[in-house]
Amino acid sequence: MSDLALTSAAIDGPAPEAVLVRDMVRRGLLAAPALILVFGLIWGVDGALSTAYAIAVVLVNFALAAAILAGSARVSLALMMMGALFGYLLRLGLIFLAVWLVHDASWVELVPLGLTLIITHLGLLLWELKYVSASLAFPALKPSTASKETTSP
Amino acid sequence: MSALVLAQAAAASTPDELKAQAGATGAGMAYGLAAIGPGIGIGYLVGQSVQAMARQPEAAGMVRTTMFLGIAFTEALALIGFVVFILLKFV
Repeated sequence: MSDLALTSAAIDGPAPEAVLVRDMVRRGLLAAPALILVFGLIWGVDGALSTAYAIAVVLVNFALAAAILAGSARVSLALMMMGALFGYLLRLGLIFLAVWLVHDASWVELVPLGLTLIITHLGLLLWELKYVSASLAFPALKPSTASKETTSP
Repeated sequence: MSALVLAQAAAASTPDELKAQAGATGAGMAYGLAAIGPGIGIGYLVGQSVQAMARQPEAAGMVRTTMFLGIAFTEALALIGFVVFILLKFV
């Protein structure tokens, strides 16, 4: 089969991106109160609101990335490549827009907002990486204790 | 000619205006340069992943997982550039 035919083929099966993002959103919501509390203590109520806003931006960004990749992979590999690249551009623009729209608002503190964007993004990724098994076999998530018990003979 | 115009504009500007101009230029360059690198990185990463999936479709789940995490890590670089941009521009 030619390379062109291979890249125009769709990928069958469930999307691992959805599993990863669902996990990351769950962990993000768990960690959010602690981060909001810490930044709220340093920068006050405005800092807490800005932190919450930044966490929401990061979680929506992850969800959008997964939706674009999973949706385009159902059509073809070539479209997934396009979705990844234009999706990156689109999401960068949306993050810019999300911050630009509120940068003059009275409740926004830009320092905690910026810090939260980086900390949440990298923190959730590293946290997720911890649960991705070394084998990386699909669905690439480290089996939980409960699932180990059910699958063991 | 344009250098003369720029020199005249610089001479007409107050130190505060010059500082603001330099800040805006620096912020724009930081954001632009920070977005180019991850763009190239994501292109390379996804290209290699697509090739791997086309050659070995049974490993697609594994490749997609690694690819998604790779894209997100690469994108963190652009995000850091963006944060530098907003801090230089607005703070």
